[in-house]
Amino acid sequence: MIRIEPRVAPGRLMTLGVPVLSAVIALVLACIPLLFAGANIATAYAEMARGVFGSVFSFTEVLTRATPLIFTGLAATLAFRAKLWNIGAEGQLYLGAMAAVAVGTGLFDLPGVLLMPLIIGFGAAAGAAGMAVPAVLKTRFGADEVVTTLLLNFIILIFVQMMLEGALKDPMSLGWPQSSPILDQGMLPQLIPRTRVHAGLIIALLAAVVAQFMLARSVWGFRLRAVGENAAAARHAGIGVNRSLMSVALISGALAGLAGVSEVAGLKGYLTADLSPGFGYTGIVVAMLAGLSPIGVVVSALFIASVFVGADSMSRAMGVSSYLADLVVSMSLLCVLIGGFFARYRITSTKPVQGAAS
Amino acid sequence: MTQQKILSLNRLSKQFGTVVANDAVDLDLHKGEVLALLGENGAGKTTLMNMLFGHYLPDSGSIDVAGEDGVMQPLALGHPQAALRAGIGMVHQHFTLAENLSALDNILLGSEKLKSLRRDRARLRARVEGIMARSGLTAPLDELVGKLSVGERQRVEILKALFRDARILVLDEPTAVLTPQEADTLFENIGMMTKDGLSVIFISHKLREVLAFSSRIAVLRHGVKVGEMATSDADQKAIARMMVGADTPEASREIIAPGAPVLKMKGVSLKGQSDRDTLTDVSLTVHANEIVGIAGVSGNGQSALAAALSGMRHPDSGTITVEGVDVTRAEPLAMIRAHVGRIPEDRHHDGMVGAMSVAENMVIERLWDDEFQSRGFLKNEAIASHAERLSKAYDVRGPGIEAKAQLLSGGNIQKLILARVFEQNPRLILANQPVRGLDMGAAEEVRRRLLEARDGGAGVMLISEDLDEILGLADRILVIHSGEVHEIMTRDRSQIGLMMAGEPA
Repeated sequence: MIRIEPRVAPGRLMTLGVPVLSAVIALVLACIPLLFAGANIATAYAEMARGVFGSVFSFTEVLTRATPLIFTGLAATLAFRAKLWNIGAEGQLYLGAMAAVAVGTGLFDLPGVLLMPLIIGFGAAAGAAGMAVPAVLKTRFGADEVVTTLLLNFIILIFVQMMLEGALKDPMSLGWPQSSPILDQGMLPQLIPRTRVHAGLIIALLAAVVAQFMLARSVWGFRLRAVGENAAAARHAGIGVNRSLMSVALISGALAGLAGVSEVAGLKGYLTADLSPGFGYTGIVVAMLAGLSPIGVVVSALFIASVFVGADSMSRAMGVSSYLADLVVSMSLLCVLIGGFFARYRITSTKPVQGAAS
Repeated sequence: MTQQKILSLNRLSKQFGTVVANDAVDLDLHKGEVLALLGENGAGKTTLMNMLFGHYLPDSGSIDVAGEDGVMQPLALGHPQAALRAGIGMVHQHFTLAENLSALDNILLGSEKLKSLRRDRARLRARVEGIMARSGLTAPLDELVGKLSVGERQRVEILKALFRDARILVLDEPTAVLTPQEADTLFENIGMMTKDGLSVIFISHKLREVLAFSSRIAVLRHGVKVGEMATSDADQKAIARMMVGADTPEASREIIAPGAPVLKMKGVSLKGQSDRDTLTDVSLTVHANEIVGIAGVSGNGQSALAAALSGMRHPDSGTITVEGVDVTRAEPLAMIRAHVGRIPEDRHHDGMVGAMSVAENMVIERLWDDEFQSRGFLKNEAIASHAERLSKAYDVRGPGIEAKAQLLSGGNIQKLILARVFEQNPRLILANQPVRGLDMGAAEEVRRRLLEARDGGAGVMLISEDLDEILGLADRILVIHSGEVHEIMTRDRSQIGLMMAGEPA
């Protein structure tokens, strides 16, 4: 007879091992579609590795790709730690990007030292505002934030498209639905010449360190963890549950907004409706793979960015579809969810004792 | 009484991880006998019965049950269906009834085909009524179970087992949810049923009822059967010693004069989602140096009373003051700062954050205190030394202060909560079922601490469903029934029991 029994305490090895093992299994499972595509497995993975580690430039591409993922991963991590299911990072990212172009494309002609913080501040605030709506609906009326944040994504994206056809449209764009470019002095500086890595990465890394510290060492982080682990006990112990949820909602939204700022003001320079290939949703995978640890988010964002960049280069070299990357990312989420189950429970099998049934 | 053996458990053992729940337990049951299975929480009573009923598979050992012909046959282990077929019926502490079906449907469901449920309804009903007449168990068959009282639901559960031709009935703590009178009726009915040939095992930790109603007693401690005797030969002290393994000093209560009022509730009404969590026009006072016991059957407004005093819910009308400060609409934090110490009923759900450390759970009510934080950052050294000190002072045993609180045993979790509450020198202590589920040692510790706090000048409100508990501790007794609280002057068990059932004094 097979039974599922909870483990007394998941070991440290388990909490670290499960995400790593999940990533490896996801990569191995990716062999199956590769075989169907008729590719040679060894060369395919070699191409992937070369796309990531092959040159300084290719590795900086990974860093560039990881930057928005760190932001959205942190946005998911903090919210999820409080059991606030913010699925709306994608929408909040676009709100942040939109705010960045709203103030950064000529509305204020300020020197860079002022304009850059202004763009960042506005972007973060816009993202926070985007998450404030579902948070108020949840704390006041009990509306399920999974539904509201998810659906807001589509509303925001359509709003962005409308703005790109209207108020924010670049008159010089020859009809393309895109915004005016951010003023040069408002752009986040490049970190390495002739690469695309920009100062957004520094902000993202700082955010991860601060988030880690605040979670572990601040009263705010204590309250947030208590609310997430047991809201009833937290309330009984005098913690303002709704206040905690509101504050983490705003910070989560702000982080997602920063992802948009960093993409617009660090990389693209202007806003289009296809700014994000789902960074908001991938951020959820990043957070889960990181076991909801802010520092872990940096590592898992780098892994997922490598998969994307590597798959891109593999598909260019071998003619295999780069959708493989999405496959690996989603499979690693599935693996980490299944792995999480095994970290918490164990399967025991016992031999049934035979007795004559009366 | 015939001494025909009907069931024998042979050297049953069961281990969970490193915990030995049952170690080679032998137990026999004879026809028409009422066997009381006594033991502290965690002694292995429920595990043993779950193995009998096929919920758990024993690691070793066997079970023999007498068939219809009286010949002992081995029972297939780990199969509830086999246990049912062999005539073993179990009534769990938490009932397994469908609230939206009638009592009759609940009895019939599962043992009859759906088709015959409609076609042969009259015949089946007659059979159930026959069982009711023979056993003395009565229940309104056509009423929805959701509308029945707890006692009636329990009778429906027993009828369900009898309808399935149970010859052995296992009752897990059957009186935990009953008034003393209801409990007496239940045991009378059990008496009638055993005359009819039924054999009963009932699990309990209440010595009084065990001595009054069983014919034989078996005592478990730490998974081992430590004693077995005919009830007529039993001695209360000796059994208690067997259960605990040593004499426990009983908390002795001196009579002291109450001081000034600490808590005043005036005309407090609180409408809940059901009658079970409603308060109606409650006025009461708790003084310093006084333990006020709130006696009542579970689900009569105790949770609403506790919620109002914890700051978890707010009254619709009336006022609550603690030492003259109005706390009618106070949130939990304001209650804490008004020096109200709260020991919640459900310590796992409301009392601690299991995934956080012991040390964190010890300061969770005092995050605002400069002792543990400065400018919004935690003082980890202060938190750790505070936890070390409290663990020692309150004897909280576990894997250490950095370990997750959920790794502590129930008794140690309660000690953690006691430490957190008493450390703040509360003026009013709300203790809601503070010893429920604790072993005797931990329960005694809780009682001692409550008395100590009372002697130190605090007012204590003790909410308990265990009348003996209240009689042992309370200086003054109030009875709660249907959300109304009445003061009583008597300390007479049966008188209080009547009031708990809603009869006027």
